[in-house]
Amino acid sequence: MPRLPSGSSISFMSPLISAKNVTVVRDGRSVLKDVSVDIGVRDFLTIIGPNGAGKSMLLKCLMGFFAPDQGKVSPRKDLRIGYVPQRLVADPTIPITVRRFLHLRKKITAEALKSVVAETEIGSSLDRPLAVLSGGELQRVLLARALLDAPQLLVLDEPAQNLDITGQLSFYKLLERVYKEREVSILMVSHDLHLVMSSTKNVLCLSGEVCCYGEPNSVAKNPAFISLFGEDMAQMLASYQHHGHSHGHNHGHGHSHSHSVENDTDKKAIPHA
Amino acid sequence: MLDDFIVRALLAGMGIAIIAGPLGCFVVWRRMAYFGDSLAHSALLGIALGLLTGISGNLATVIVCSAFAVILLWLQHARILATDTLLGIMAHAALSIGMVTLSFIDNQRFDLHSYLFGDILTVQSVDLYWIFGGGIIVLILLVRYWSSLTLMTLHEDLARAEGVKTFWVNLMLVLLMTIVVAVSIRIVGILLITALLAIPAATARQWVRSPETMAMLAAVLGLAAVVTGIYGSAYLDTPTGPSIVTAATILFAVLFPVSAVLKKRRILH
Repeated sequence: MPRLPSGSSISFMSPLISAKNVTVVRDGRSVLKDVSVDIGVRDFLTIIGPNGAGKSMLLKCLMGFFAPDQGKVSPRKDLRIGYVPQRLVADPTIPITVRRFLHLRKKITAEALKSVVAETEIGSSLDRPLAVLSGGELQRVLLARALLDAPQLLVLDEPAQNLDITGQLSFYKLLERVYKEREVSILMVSHDLHLVMSSTKNVLCLSGEVCCYGEPNSVAKNPAFISLFGEDMAQMLASYQHHGHSHGHNHGHGHSHSHSVENDTDKKAIPHA
Repeated sequence: MLDDFIVRALLAGMGIAIIAGPLGCFVVWRRMAYFGDSLAHSALLGIALGLLTGISGNLATVIVCSAFAVILLWLQHARILATDTLLGIMAHAALSIGMVTLSFIDNQRFDLHSYLFGDILTVQSVDLYWIFGGGIIVLILLVRYWSSLTLMTLHEDLARAEGVKTFWVNLMLVLLMTIVVAVSIRIVGILLITALLAIPAATARQWVRSPETMAMLAAVLGLAAVVTGIYGSAYLDTPTGPSIVTAATILFAVLFPVSAVLKKRRILH
């Protein structure tokens, strides 16, 4: 995978997935309307939006589960995607250990397994049945499985939805570390914008159509965002942004038309740069 | 001295038990027991059509069951009705239409009872070819798609994201079940096929820690039930299918409490 040229203002890399004018109609109602979005190399895009805004539908279109009624989704050739679902209901009628689950359909070496297990801190659960794990442990196991193939893109669908607040915090912390240490892009649907504010690079606010797009701080100030989520939410995020955002993003490029990797010379986001 | 018909029945029963074990695991994991039952009910229509048209009963059953399964999947997908309502309608409609069709056939030798509950006396050499031919196809496909099926059972979208063609694999699983249903009728009968799928797998569950060992243990338990049941049927002159299912139930009733005690004492994990 090509390394980002550090400091260059324009890098000519095609996006990992490019969606153009995606429209999905279900039961006569358009669930997604004319949505265009690119997921760039080393992007960290969080999709937010109220319930029924079509977030999961957009993810499914982007992953190619089904073709949109109009528009086009073009993934890069041979794109490796690691998918982390919202939850796995581990049915106790299926006897399976974490180790066996990680090996299902995967050809992995012992070293690869060992390093991913260490990265996601699931070593103590490896030989336990999947059905006895806690919600937080299960999400880390799902993340581990997604990381096993060294994906170029991680897709997460509300990965911390069913965790308690401690679990949410530690999951997002782990995800941030994964993002920093790996050459990976992240596409995530999340309700917990306040928790991912400091990690995410871009936010796509969805309510059937794209309501706003950009860096978290610019989105939080966007009138469309405020009208959708309310003044309180915007102010809360603004304060998170102020106190919690320690990254050296180049502010002021909160453009809503292009979101490739240009301008992103963030030292923290690109290890060894 | 073993009579020919018992040897044939034993071979048939053992063949069925070996494929019913692994497939039964999916019936238990994916809650397909009622689905399997409905499929079996539709087999009666297949038998009736086979007798009407003169084509092989096994073939007619496979064709009718497959068509039934595809229609069922399609209606389920369309979400017109809740699945259990849909199955309730389809299963009994198929059974009734089968019975009505049979009533038009004037065949003195036709014994409905043997189709509903199985009869070792009815097993012929051609049935053995069906069982072992069909069984090999089922086993090969199950082994080939085992990991994908297991992953889909745990989380369908996860499998899809990793490139499993879930629609086709689902369809394959259902068609494999129709093969098992069709070839099992002679031995266990239409009404009891689901029991042979579900009981050994459910019995095996408590004793294993991996999907693969569950499948193998289910096959072994199924073999034990089939052999005991067929001997019982032959020497006590009891109906074959019910004898096999009784044997399977006894195994379940004995092994389940034992596993519970062993788990409590932490001998079994």
